[in-house]
Amino acid sequence: MKLSGGEIVVQSLIDEEVEFLFGYPGGAVLHLYDAIFHQQQVKHILVRHEQGAVHAADAYARSTGKPGVVLVTSGPGATNAVTGIATAHLDSIPMVIISGQVGTPVIGTDAFQEVDMVGITRPCVKHNFLVKNIADLAETMKKAFYVATTGRPGPVVVDVPKDITDPSIKIPYIYPKEVVMRSYNPTVKGHSGQIKKAVELLLNAKRPMIYSGGGVILGEGSVELIEFSKLLEFPVTSTLMGLGAYPATDQQFVGMLGMHGTYEANMSMHESDVIIAIGARFDDRVTGKLAEFCPYAKFIHIDIDPSSISKTIQVDVPIVGQVKEVLREMIVLIKNSKIVMDKKALEAWWCQVNKWRDLHCLEYDRNSDIIKPQHVIEQLYEVTNGEAYVTSDVGQHQMFAAQFYHFDKPRRWINSGGLGTMGFGLPAALGVKLAHPNSDVACITGEASIQMCIQELATATQYRTPVKVINLNNRYMGMVRQWQEFSYESRYSESYMDTIPNFVKLAEAYGHVGMQIEKPADVRPALEEAFAMKDRLVFMDFLTDRTENVFPMIEAGKSHHDMRLRTSPDKELS
Amino acid sequence: MRHIISILIENEAGALSRVAGLFSARGYNIESLTVAPTEDETLSRMTVVTGGSDRVIEQITKQLNKLIDVVKLIDLVESTHVERELMMVKIKTSNETREEVKRLSDIFRGKIIDVTNTSYVIEMTGVSDKLDAFVAALDNETVIEVLRSGPMGMTRGEKGLHL
Repeated sequence: MKLSGGEIVVQSLIDEEVEFLFGYPGGAVLHLYDAIFHQQQVKHILVRHEQGAVHAADAYARSTGKPGVVLVTSGPGATNAVTGIATAHLDSIPMVIISGQVGTPVIGTDAFQEVDMVGITRPCVKHNFLVKNIADLAETMKKAFYVATTGRPGPVVVDVPKDITDPSIKIPYIYPKEVVMRSYNPTVKGHSGQIKKAVELLLNAKRPMIYSGGGVILGEGSVELIEFSKLLEFPVTSTLMGLGAYPATDQQFVGMLGMHGTYEANMSMHESDVIIAIGARFDDRVTGKLAEFCPYAKFIHIDIDPSSISKTIQVDVPIVGQVKEVLREMIVLIKNSKIVMDKKALEAWWCQVNKWRDLHCLEYDRNSDIIKPQHVIEQLYEVTNGEAYVTSDVGQHQMFAAQFYHFDKPRRWINSGGLGTMGFGLPAALGVKLAHPNSDVACITGEASIQMCIQELATATQYRTPVKVINLNNRYMGMVRQWQEFSYESRYSESYMDTIPNFVKLAEAYGHVGMQIEKPADVRPALEEAFAMKDRLVFMDFLTDRTENVFPMIEAGKSHHDMRLRTSPDKELS
Repeated sequence: MRHIISILIENEAGALSRVAGLFSARGYNIESLTVAPTEDETLSRMTVVTGGSDRVIEQITKQLNKLIDVVKLIDLVESTHVERELMMVKIKTSNETREEVKRLSDIFRGKIIDVTNTSYVIEMTGVSDKLDAFVAALDNETVIEVLRSGPMGMTRGEKGLHL
């Protein structure tokens, strides 16, 4: 079979069983788009802005585990994609981004729509390629998928100059079944000596904690994590990225940790003597002040990426390997171990953890006349039976979603944790809905974030992706406002938008249903009405309390036991 | 502490910028960097001299290993090794000073590789300290140009850095 470069790219996507290609055409990729026109297998999703394409593909990947694939043109198409690529990079999401490039003879001449895409994306990709020879194209595509999906996953950019895709130049097409790269051999199995040491440490712990992260979801280790945790009966906390890997409604789950984590999770971390970090990376939003982070703990750290280990926190037992495999080995060792666990100590520990829990740190004013954002999320959780896929933007609403939507399954919570990209939520919801057309998909957002990629409402009309937009509209960039209230004596510098569109009319203009909800009592019926409209995108504009803050909060430079809590008259804060 | 990291990397366009970009993006120092293809033309050998605490060096080596193009690397300071740096120095000479400069160069086992009526170019190899010492021994006024390659090195004994 002889194919042109454009056809090779498309055929390689078919061979990789790519379902959706998210993209936007332009000059440098016209040959490629012509090749797309001639086939049916890969469905192209035409977005309204390249950033939306990357976020949608990224969320497709997050919700399915399969790589997300994007096609953009050179120059501005490529640079528009960069925010999305960086988003995927910081959260280790497997993606292949194909960018058009000007023809090889004019590369470096400042040609029309030329940017050095390989140079621009170098710091925010797992790897990137510039294809200079059509003979390398098929193998490069294979390598891109291989690198993106193995080891610690991440985005890979393939930059394809226009002349490489010339329809008049055809070469025999052979797509390699597998590819070997001498410079890339990700570790799978953990060191058995280290695993043994870790198990001994765990079984002798008095105040143990399981600290689970996004790596458990990426590495499909949820089942193993649950078995491991149930076997040990230790408290489990999770990072923002790890939510859903361990069921949030389980008694052993003490909630999210970190800056807006629960009191019980952070206090337990602070007082713990043995902490096992599983697919988590001791991010600054988790640790707070490094010097005071978990002062009594010995650390075990399982991670597939050696550079994650001892990057910020020196660990005692590092284990490089796939979370799933390492946990399996640990489970066998624990079951066969002769070490007698100190059940009394564990009981006392749980007693302490439950005391912290009794503070009910997430409690808020339930009698307010104004809609509280937490109330909306709680009602959303109930109306969707906790089964929805939830995407979010970035800010207060994201934290409320993480705190109040109790994810029991992995890959249901889709948010930009590492880069914190406003504008992520709506395109992400479209990507998830395409992957899971029969599931409820909610995009929890705010009136500031939603406006960053709001043009994708048109994409939703075109592809009939009936997601529900839950807009927590407090007329402020809430998280910025909160920081300004706490750290800048309430000088709300530029965090208030004087004009906000009429979201109901805006939704209708795009062909969707718009609703505005002003009263707490209307929240539930409105949600029920919206989710009953299975085939419509409903934009729900909730006018929420302007002054609501996210609690608890570990302020910048503070440590886990130094949380700012919502002051409540009837509760003594310890 | 000073470390010499010797890297085998795929000889591909952009490989050097991946390494250089990593150092600048993560705020690591590069004191010197040399790179050239090896006897196997698909591979380049790069030598980076850098500094930092043990933890920083550990991160540098891990981050370098994480680059897809990096095949292998070794921190030479962790084992006994030999290292050399090449230097070329251009010096103003006159009838009065020519002999003296030649003698000094001989003491340091330098080679004069270019002579004109008014100048010498001296080639010298050695560990960086020796080259520093030679430059310090010269009359500053007479030095026109000093060019150094940055150190490179290999481990002692029969083991080597190869595939």
